[in-house]
Amino acid sequence: MILAQLSNFEGPSIDWLPLTPQIILVVAALVILLVTSLSPAKVSDSFSTAVTVGSGVAAGVVAWFVWNDIRDEGPSSTVAGAVGVDGFSIFFTILTLSALVATSLVGHSYIKREQMAAPEFSALLLLTAVGAIVMASANDLIVLFIGLEALSIGLYVMAAMQFRRREAQEAAMKYFVLGAFSSAFFLYGIALVYGATGSTNLVNIAAYFNTIGSRINNLELFYVGMALMLVGLAFKVAAAPFHFWAPDVYQGSPSPVSGYMASAAKAAGFAAMLRIFFVAFSRTSADWTPIVAVLSAITLIVGAVMAITQNDVKRMLAFSSVGHAGYVLVAVQAATSDGTSAALFYLFTYTFMVIGSFAVVSLLGWNDGHDVSRYEGLARRRPLIAVAFTVFLLGQAGVPFTSGFVGKFLVIRSAVDDEIYWLAVLAMVVSVITAFMYLRIISNMWDREVDVADAPRLSVPLTTGFVVVVCAMITVVYGVIPQSLIEFARDAVPVLVAGG
Amino acid sequence: MSELVRSYLTVAIFAAAAVGLVGLLLGISRILRPQRPSVSKQMAYESGVDPEGGDWAQSQIRYYVFAVLFVIFDVEAVFIFPWAVRLEVYGLFGLIEMFIFIAILALGLGYAWRKGVLRWV
Repeated sequence: MILAQLSNFEGPSIDWLPLTPQIILVVAALVILLVTSLSPAKVSDSFSTAVTVGSGVAAGVVAWFVWNDIRDEGPSSTVAGAVGVDGFSIFFTILTLSALVATSLVGHSYIKREQMAAPEFSALLLLTAVGAIVMASANDLIVLFIGLEALSIGLYVMAAMQFRRREAQEAAMKYFVLGAFSSAFFLYGIALVYGATGSTNLVNIAAYFNTIGSRINNLELFYVGMALMLVGLAFKVAAAPFHFWAPDVYQGSPSPVSGYMASAAKAAGFAAMLRIFFVAFSRTSADWTPIVAVLSAITLIVGAVMAITQNDVKRMLAFSSVGHAGYVLVAVQAATSDGTSAALFYLFTYTFMVIGSFAVVSLLGWNDGHDVSRYEGLARRRPLIAVAFTVFLLGQAGVPFTSGFVGKFLVIRSAVDDEIYWLAVLAMVVSVITAFMYLRIISNMWDREVDVADAPRLSVPLTTGFVVVVCAMITVVYGVIPQSLIEFARDAVPVLVAGG
Repeated sequence: MSELVRSYLTVAIFAAAAVGLVGLLLGISRILRPQRPSVSKQMAYESGVDPEGGDWAQSQIRYYVFAVLFVIFDVEAVFIFPWAVRLEVYGLFGLIEMFIFIAILALGLGYAWRKGVLRWV
């Protein structure tokens, strides 16, 4: 029987164009490792960065072509329905590629200063980006898990890249042990959901709930599986009470890597959460939205309360990133198209704010700490950097005319439209509390009383300065004219298409 | 009691029977057997040889790199065997696919070699 099937074997039809961005990044990573390890002379670090940035831009161009195809012909799926080709996957592809290029440029000067291994950094960055893209476009839980592992394992190693520092070792160890633990939770959740619904394919899972309708059958298994998957993903996006790794890992990792974790890795976790919960489990949304609502409330409070007590800027940004996960969860729990596009908008704009912030942190903080007093008088030492950092911090606080304000507005509106008023009020109160810590750094930077005459000259490498300025411009531009990004996020609401 | 919990009742009974049987057998032998401990009887059993040194010995960490490389090629073999058996069905596409897979793994080995991982320090 099986042999008879095999003898007329025909592989699933594969639409290569949507997979091309991932293939470009993998090939680039292999080229970097091959050239730098096999060449007899030492290859310049600029080669790795140039290949990374070039392949990121090339993948972005391909993604743009795929996006035009999707707008003409509608969403589809490929590789036997395992990979979705829709606006959602393109949105996260472009988000991940932006994070990849920015982190690579910031990392370029950081690696030189800290004498880290450039080829390995670039190759891991490229491979984790592939993992994030696979996660965001997966239409099947197994594919999604492979993407999650490709992303996580690369990040474990990147956290440890300054392996001579004790904090880096601690960060990597904590991240690895807890990350592997949460991956196991997620995998067990997949197994139970498969047991309950009979498929790992998201299209079939959604179809199962449509056919059973209101008949309750095997739902205990499904609920346990759903809860375990939520725990696994809540860990990856650093939502309280699964956030305990975040401050230590962000603090111990190289600063560009921390920025990358807070942007690309967090966004990939939310991409998976939206695709699984909002799309595949949409028929059971009455069961999971209260859980996510409580999760987001805890995350908002913990993120704010812990952040305002920190004196270390890197740790403060880590807790603030926990808080931002809470805002995105507010949009996720609405379980509406508007809520989903609000979450997408928030993640996209936050990516640039957080990468820019950690780029500034990488300039000011060395191995001896990131105390807030280091930022005193920055405005007179390096006015442009100070202005950019002020923009990032005001953006994260949600001040009008920055993209952070529009993001917070959309998120809170989605909660109000859903008539979850208590959460909307909580989100607004928390944004006032967190404004304190952002303003504290800002007032330190612009303090006129500080004597900066004998402060050492702060060198700003060209690549890092470029990223900081571009990120600040993006933050302001999307704060003043957000319409194009809002429309892009609206077109990017995930859809499920069965494989042909 | 729901269907799910009831179906796990079998597992619980099975587990209780297993624990009970082992306890019963060990209990009977404890009651029946003579007990005359001596120094040589209390020694740790090392396949008939007298135990040497403490039980907290360090093992050579260098082996782990070889273990990791071994696992990679072990998995490669797992994929190659079924592929080789049905190669004529997969055709040219399958051939190219497998060579891409092998090439990526070979590249990994080449990288490890150039980085001096295979040298015994």
